[in-house]
Amino acid sequence: MTTPDLTPSGADHDVVVIGAGPAGMACVATLLAETSLTVGLVDAGHGAGGQYWRQPAPVPTPHPGEPAPRRAGLHHDLATFHRLRDALDRGAASGRLATRFAHHVWSVTANDPGPVAEGGFAVHVVDRSGRPGDESTSTITGRALVIATGAFDRALPFPGWDLPGVMTVGGLQALLKAGDVAAGRRVAIGGTGPFLLPVAAALAARGSTVVGVFEANHPVRWLRESRAVARNVGKLGEGAGYAATLLRHRVPLRPRRMIVAAHGTDRVEAVSVARVGRDGRPVEGSAERHTVDAVGVGWGFTPQLDIAVTLGLRLTRDRGGTPVVEVDRLHRSSRPRVYAAGETCGVGGAALALVEGRLAARGVAHDLTGADPASHPAPGPDGVAAVRLGAFADAIISAHPVPVGWVDALTDETIVCRCEEVRFGAVRAAIEAGATDARQVKQLTRTGMGWCQGRVCGYAAALLSAGAPGEPDERLIGAPMPLGALAQTDDQHDAM
Amino acid sequence: MSEFDTSFDFDGRRVPFRPGQTLGAALVAAGTTAWRTTRLEGRPRGLFCGIGVCFDCLLTVDGHANQRACLVVARDGMTALTQEGTGHDDT
Amino acid sequence: MKVIVVGAGIVGTACAEALTREGIEVVVVDRLPVGAGTTSRGEGNILLSDKAPGAEMALAQLSRRTWLEVGDLVGRESIELEEKGGVVVATTHQGLGSLISFADRQRAAGVMALEVEDPLVLEPHLSPSLPGAMHYPEDMQVQPVLAASRMLVLAQQRGAQFRCGLEVAGALTDTNGAVSGIRTTSGEVIEADAVVNAAGTWGGVVGERLGGPIPVLPRRGFVLVTEPLPPMVRHKVYTADYVENVESSGEGLETSCVVEGTHGGTVLIGASRERVGFDTSLRVDVVETLARQAIAIFPFLADVNLLRVYRGFRPYCPDHLPVIGPDPRAPGVLHACGHEGAGIGLATGTGRLITDYLTGARKSEPGAEFAALLPDRFVGAESASESASESVAEQVPAL
Repeated sequence: MTTPDLTPSGADHDVVVIGAGPAGMACVATLLAETSLTVGLVDAGHGAGGQYWRQPAPVPTPHPGEPAPRRAGLHHDLATFHRLRDALDRGAASGRLATRFAHHVWSVTANDPGPVAEGGFAVHVVDRSGRPGDESTSTITGRALVIATGAFDRALPFPGWDLPGVMTVGGLQALLKAGDVAAGRRVAIGGTGPFLLPVAAALAARGSTVVGVFEANHPVRWLRESRAVARNVGKLGEGAGYAATLLRHRVPLRPRRMIVAAHGTDRVEAVSVARVGRDGRPVEGSAERHTVDAVGVGWGFTPQLDIAVTLGLRLTRDRGGTPVVEVDRLHRSSRPRVYAAGETCGVGGAALALVEGRLAARGVAHDLTGADPASHPAPGPDGVAAVRLGAFADAIISAHPVPVGWVDALTDETIVCRCEEVRFGAVRAAIEAGATDARQVKQLTRTGMGWCQGRVCGYAAALLSAGAPGEPDERLIGAPMPLGALAQTDDQHDAM
Repeated sequence: MSEFDTSFDFDGRRVPFRPGQTLGAALVAAGTTAWRTTRLEGRPRGLFCGIGVCFDCLLTVDGHANQRACLVVARDGMTALTQEGTGHDDT
Repeated sequence: MKVIVVGAGIVGTACAEALTREGIEVVVVDRLPVGAGTTSRGEGNILLSDKAPGAEMALAQLSRRTWLEVGDLVGRESIELEEKGGVVVATTHQGLGSLISFADRQRAAGVMALEVEDPLVLEPHLSPSLPGAMHYPEDMQVQPVLAASRMLVLAQQRGAQFRCGLEVAGALTDTNGAVSGIRTTSGEVIEADAVVNAAGTWGGVVGERLGGPIPVLPRRGFVLVTEPLPPMVRHKVYTADYVENVESSGEGLETSCVVEGTHGGTVLIGASRERVGFDTSLRVDVVETLARQAIAIFPFLADVNLLRVYRGFRPYCPDHLPVIGPDPRAPGVLHACGHEGAGIGLATGTGRLITDYLTGARKSEPGAEFAALLPDRFVGAESASESASESVAEQVPAL
């Protein structure tokens, strides 16, 4: 892959932004508007938007007369999305922005500084825009790197969670947003956090019966964080909107409840729901059964840190103990010329991600345009907004802990690692034999060694073995690819 | 039968899809929730995370095993197969 | 007798198993849990096929027998110990010639090496264009972390203690100057009659702290792990140039392909060798080269997904031989490290030798069997050991 107009350093772009969700889009739009830097934007999706503004894959030749997808009520703040997408389109038309969608980043490495060049970063990608079997690999280089890779749903095992029809709430949402498909006609939603509400509301609006939103915590907990909440009335309004939708569709919002089992043989047919006591444990004898054909569960989100860990960025913890990238006010990481924005710096929602994307763009602009790297330009109104929204995100995280009693629902037969089909009994035995973290559990039981590389079960394995989220796994391969695609990569190293 | 005139073949039956949909979305819309059996216990699996992270929704597409149904965009005339175990012949 | 074993990797746990088998009291100490260092980054090779006749070959043969004993004690299945055999393939006709003459020398040392008429009979998915191969039925495979864990548990059942989270700061010495225990960085004192340095890649640092510096250096390697597959690769298959690369002292990158299936269904593809200190970064060209080499041997791998790459730091000595035996400069200290990429395979024999030296069943004297592995060879070469421990001590990350 070559780009005719190389930057002075010999890199393809001044900046490579990984992730085209709200943070990445805002960052790119700001770079285009406020600087003359060239930008490469990479995303695994088929277009911009990320999970928040997920869209169907673009269709080359729209079919006339085809029924319009029912998209009303699915997306929040679509005007912002359209404004950012238009900015990206203009940047691409002007030649300053190169987008690569359906490209999965499998590694990022630092370029050695050459005699002339200043180093920078090489982003190694797998192109999946073609048909299965047509994958190819290539490399995109930039003087600076912005990591805006978002987060994915955090799941916890419970009996029957491996039955078809049980999904993450994010999965239910993705089906609605990208496919216009409701996963079921009778759906139970469970877990914790404000994200349960929009998914339930969207399903209800789409005609599904939501038998309940089983929120393990209680909304009253928000009041303890009243200062942060009071300064974010807008965010509360968003929540009130979902609540109104739920009320209109008679969706029961059931605080202090958790789904403790899914039942069925070849697919989910029912769930058991228990009351969560003050001690965070399911109350014995409180279980009620609901007939369903789909289930959505979510316990918050895990930031996607594979690239950050590979690059050795310094991490910190959010208020729930989850590892996130440590950044300064302009979203510089501990490594020069590497920036992080959005959920990778702490899960805080789209509004915060937009602000952080803009701040990261200003950090890049400041550092790449010759300003004194030690000076810190004032972050301005976005800096103020980031503090306010960050406080709100902290309040949300504090109000939605994972109740300790999730473990009580497990039996020795419960699958913990879905890929390698490792049951809780085996994990428990490894812990009793002395495994003190998820890595030890993995080595002894294969938990987390399969296709997903522990992205799904790693959080549970850490809680079970260490009682807290551990250091994030180092994954030198961020996305799988056929060995053949890797072997074809440019031939400049063949001499070795 | 369908409001769409585009379709792919799944285990010998025609599954219609709206252009832009993934194989997984079209299968779920058609009432199919599982299209893989696990390699150790032969248990059925379908979509779980829906965004390419969990690899539970693997199937064989146009002869290529282990494709994520939640990511592969459906194309007219594609052939998808339920995937058993590793997706590779045991020879 | 009471012995402290520093290191809960494959070598330390094998020492603990062998020592407790003789009724010796053992305390194993490590900064990290069992098998968390280079042990967890290995492929689990128990090989005779890659050894030239000499002390290392003799140790490999002793280790092979001892691995089978350990397998019988803990259950072969529980540590995934498999007598799968090795197949060494030549990629050129010239390479086949050297492979055959190398095998002749090995046979003289008692190794079973069979010339293969048609490699495809042994490995049906091999590239049909390879000129020839040699079959080594005695090569075996084991899952290293399971093996270390099981050997440690067995030793604990015989009364050994495992103290996780302790780092050695220095040695205690008695009035005669002999080592009588260790001090840890947390200030704890543990007394013992002998201390075994089984700290693997960190053996240089530990040796220094115990008063017996040895030149153990890291040699980085990457291993590729595929998606789970049905059994497609039956043996441990590698190219003949692997042997040459292991014995090379080049600073640059060397890759020669080792391909093998695992109990879990994944295929492991190794192994690169680089002397870059403890640099943890990924080299993309290494991964690409290994992929190309593996596909050249097994063409079906082109359509197989790469899921994971792991990286480890092999502990190597400049002469590519492990350091096993009492240190004459620090009475009471015995070394059991520097096995480079062969530590899994050589661990059990090492445990046996250490036990024999401690019980007096074996004398550490010039000319004796395994004398070439004694630390004596580094005594008097203090300048070399100094520079080695310096560069290792610079940065000692937890893996």
